[in-house]
Amino acid sequence: MLKTLTALCLALGTLAAVPARAAAPVQVVVQDPYLDLHTGPGRGYPATYSVPRGATVQLLRQRTDWIKVRTDHGQEGWVHRSQLEHTLTPAGEEVKLAGPTPQSRVEHHWETGLAAGDFGGANVISATAAYALTNSLFVRGDISQLLGNHSNGWLGTIGLAHVFAPQWRVSPFVGVGGGVLHVSPNVTLVQSTDRTDTTAYAALGLRGYLSDRFLLQAEYRYYVVFEKRDANQEINEWTLGFTYFY
Amino acid sequence: MDTRLHLLLLSALVAVGAVAAPSGCALAQAAADATGAPAQNPQVVEPQVQRRTVKPPAIGTDNFEAGLFLGTISIEDFGSSFLYGGRLAYHFTEDVFAEATLGSSKAGLTSYEQLSGSARLLTDSQRQFTYYDASIGWNALPGEVFFGRKRAMPSAIYFTLGGGDTHFAGNDHFTVALGTGLRLLATDWLAVHLNARDLIFDSDVLGRNKRTENLQFTLSVTAFF
Repeated sequence: MLKTLTALCLALGTLAAVPARAAAPVQVVVQDPYLDLHTGPGRGYPATYSVPRGATVQLLRQRTDWIKVRTDHGQEGWVHRSQLEHTLTPAGEEVKLAGPTPQSRVEHHWETGLAAGDFGGANVISATAAYALTNSLFVRGDISQLLGNHSNGWLGTIGLAHVFAPQWRVSPFVGVGGGVLHVSPNVTLVQSTDRTDTTAYAALGLRGYLSDRFLLQAEYRYYVVFEKRDANQEINEWTLGFTYFY
Repeated sequence: MDTRLHLLLLSALVAVGAVAAPSGCALAQAAADATGAPAQNPQVVEPQVQRRTVKPPAIGTDNFEAGLFLGTISIEDFGSSFLYGGRLAYHFTEDVFAEATLGSSKAGLTSYEQLSGSARLLTDSQRQFTYYDASIGWNALPGEVFFGRKRAMPSAIYFTLGGGDTHFAGNDHFTVALGTGLRLLATDWLAVHLNARDLIFDSDVLGRNKRTENLQFTLSVTAFF
């Protein structure tokens, strides 16, 4: 564990030592009445400079919805994406700025999320990734850690989920899938061994949009664990999670 | 006189030719249209330009933030210890981010172990304290911090809430992580964090199951990329 941790820290350290990548500067001509230049990438930072319509600015980098720009006079500051959506390059080309569009809620390709809840009496923490095959059908994979009083474990599943009405603010969804469940009893218990079994689940849930990028997702899953030693085990899981889509 | 007459006759001929030629062409064109032959636009110069799709220029984004931290952690009943680790964050919006943290420390001695002298509750390897958590963070109070008269750094006070796993005393414990911190942007891509966290988990290390609160204070340096 220590070695893994050290390796990760070193990797992070290497990343930290590399400055932000320098993208080729893009020039744009301001089309809005003016641009507000803020001191930081957020609305809470003061606006200290204004750039008039028709002026040329250089786009340096983007962080969330804010773009760092430099004017012809060398003034630098952060501008919100909404003020740059209509700008064009001197050649008349549109500039591609990363961010959600009004269609993002329904038409997006990827979802990633974190969830926590209860798995048959044990605490569960899950990381999820989903890919949209259509606007309402997703392939999804989950990795969960289970932490109980008597045993701990891991659960990995792959499945399909169908969202009934992705255009609604709150929509129900169903899903099915399968995977592997690994359980290891706590060290204080004797005469027990680790076991790994296959499992299948059926899911029912509700998801609601918090914004053009976020979903709050509540899910119930009914698991059947195909145990090697005796009858199948049935487990209920309840989770609440936060999903980001893009 | 003959020369003048020749010139006059020639001029008249040219003029008649000039008037007759276009009307002849027009007649020919009309005839071509009537027979359904494809119309050909007379084009003087053929453009030698290749059609190509224009790719709009895109600018680089740096929503990821990674770095290392050092600090101290008070492991309940086991004293305070040196703590180190790494953090990786992704900024979704100016307000919300997700953060994964990995930290390691080594627990000290309990008061009982110190007073009794030789008795040891845990082995050396069991004293290893490692944790990870995944949290959602909220930049609640953005602003600026001033250093002297001329230098101001964008800053934000943020709160985090998450869950994870703490491996301590040979066991894994489900952990709730509550945190708050101050982020200072030293440059556009380099940030310094002062962070305080509470790792809360149930433990039965001392024989009775109880909720433990393990406070940590760290200083970290991170880079946006």
